[in-house]
This record gives sequence, C-alpha cells and structure tokens, in this order.
Amino acid sequence: MTARETAPEAPRPPGGPDGAATADGPDETDGAHAAAVRDGLGVGLAVGLSGFAFGAAAATAGLSAAQACVLSLLAFTGASQFALAGVIGGGGGLVAGTLGAVLLGGRNALYGLRLSGLLRVRGARRLLTAHVVIDETTAVATAQPGPRTARTGFHVTAVSLYLTWNLTTLLGVLGAARLGDPGTFGLDVLGPAAFLALLWPRLTAGRAELRVAAAAGAIAIVATPLLPAGVPVMLAAAAALAGFVPAGLGRRARR
Amino acid sequence: MSVWIAVVATGLGCYALKLGGLVAPRRVLDDPRVRRFTELIPVALLTALITVQALAPDGPSLEFDVPRLAGLGSAVAALLLRAPFLVVLAVAAAVAAGLRLAGL
Repeated sequence: MTARETAPEAPRPPGGPDGAATADGPDETDGAHAAAVRDGLGVGLAVGLSGFAFGAAAATAGLSAAQACVLSLLAFTGASQFALAGVIGGGGGLVAGTLGAVLLGGRNALYGLRLSGLLRVRGARRLLTAHVVIDETTAVATAQPGPRTARTGFHVTAVSLYLTWNLTTLLGVLGAARLGDPGTFGLDVLGPAAFLALLWPRLTAGRAELRVAAAAGAIAIVATPLLPAGVPVMLAAAAALAGFVPAGLGRRARR
Repeated sequence: MSVWIAVVATGLGCYALKLGGLVAPRRVLDDPRVRRFTELIPVALLTALITVQALAPDGPSLEFDVPRLAGLGSAVAALLLRAPFLVVLAVAAAVAAGLRLAGL
C-alpha cells in the first residue's frame, strides 16, 4: 500500500456532512478507491494475524477450541475477547469477566454513531453491518478521503479481517503449545502499530486532531492504573472535546 | 457450562453495543458540534487504545517494555519516511522480535 499519497492529507471540512463529498472529489478517483482496498486488505491480513495470539491466550486460559472460536465469531472485537480469556484464565468471576469484556466493547457504540452517517446502511442490513463495527473497520473507514472510499475500506476490512481473525483463532487455539509466546514474533506490536499507521494521516493533518490525540493519550495513561480495564479508553472519548477549543464555539444549551 | 454462558453473553453484549451506536437516531447528529465530536471520537479512542496497548497490555499497571516501545518507535520512524502500511507493521514487529531475541 502506498504511503497514502493517493489519499490527500486534508482534513474533512469541520462539521461538513459526510454525504456531501462531491462527485469530482478525491473520493471518486480510481487511485483513492484502490488505496481503500489496499488499506482494508492490509489491515485484514496484518491484524488478523493477532488472532493467533488470541487463540493461544484462550487455550492457555482453559477455553476449549469451540469456545474460543464461538467467541471470535460472536464477539468479534479483540480487546473484549482477550479480557474475557484473561479473567477466565486468572480464575476470576465469570459475571465480572463478562461485564468487563462487554464494557470494553462500549467504544464500538461510539464508532457506530460515527459510522452511521458514513455507511448509510438501512433496514435489516444494519443488523449484519453492526457486527463488524470495530476498531479496525472504523480506523480504515475514517482514514479515507470521502464517503465512497470509506464504505469500500470498511467493507473490505470487515470481510478480510472477519475471515483471518476467525481462521487464526482456530489455528492459534489448536497450535497454542507449539506457537509459544506470540510476543516472540513481535505480534503484540502489530495492533498498536496498525492503528498508528491508520491514524497517521489525520494526526499530521490538523492541529485539532493532534490536540485530541494528545489529550486522549494523557487520559489513558492517568486513568489506566486507577480504573477497570475498558473504562480509560471510553473515558478518552472526552478528549474529542479538545478539538473544539480553538473554534471558540459558544455553548448553546441544547439537549 | 458456565464458561459457555460467559462466552455467549459476551458475544451478545458486544453485538448489542455495536448495533446501538449504528441505529441511534440520526437526529442526534443534526447539531454540527455533535457531528464534529463524533468525527473526532475515533481519533481519541484509537489513540487511547494505542496508548493502553503500548503501556499496559496486560493489566492496570503501566509497564515500559523496551522491545514493544522500540517497535512502535520504529513504526513512527517508518511513517515519517512515508513507508507503505505493511512495511510499517513489518518493521515494528521485526524490531520488537529482534530486541527480544537479543534478550532485552
């Protein structure tokens, strides 16, 4: 995948409706479309590899192969799955473990709020689409220059990652003993490195984005030792408010 | 059996949250400030996620794992050099794996 030369590093117009990208915008070019496909496939393959790590973690925690695979098929959100496996492996309470895992998935609700305008899915298709509203699909979709390429990136990521994640979960849980520590291969760095690469164009595009990112990182660092897993990342959503500081927007009381 | 209940409940709970955000009334997004806020949310959440995965992947306490942080640092360097996406990932994993192999 090219270094995103095909995707202009211009921020979307603040507050501009997502559907408003014009037919002649960068969104329409073949290059931008191909870049979205490459982004999706790249993330699907690279992040999908961390399914090995989840499968191995699940096996180590004492989950059966069937349980690990059902979790990947049904939950399909890595952090929650690792959290549940971790609690089960540590002999923790299943109710608390389940609640923590679901709480970790709370950010997907915020992603859904963001993506609903971008994806424009309606009716029963939303039931299927909802299942793949996760970090990776959101990161790829929002890294694209416009709504059409965003939809392409979203769907390509969703399909490729769903396939690789579930396949590698199965292989990981079966081969856990032979795989050893996934950290040996640096697999633990793949997730954060992928998110970083996807965020990069937005971080270098605007001051507001950079401020939001800095505030979010600070919130995560301060809150992580103090609050239960999952809460710090949710809390960091408040950092998005930092994007408003310079705009000098008044506070109309409105609910 | 109860592990099965936890597995299925986690799956259903996570799905419900995903669906909830997607089907929230569009009216919520009518206010341009709310829309701008939701546009910035992925930046905030993904940055926080990167931070947690980098510094506290296994639990509440912060740990400074040199190979992992060096791997991410080399990802930043690769991004500054405009390396392609998969190259960025390969460099990051290779640096982390190499440093661990070297015993750091």
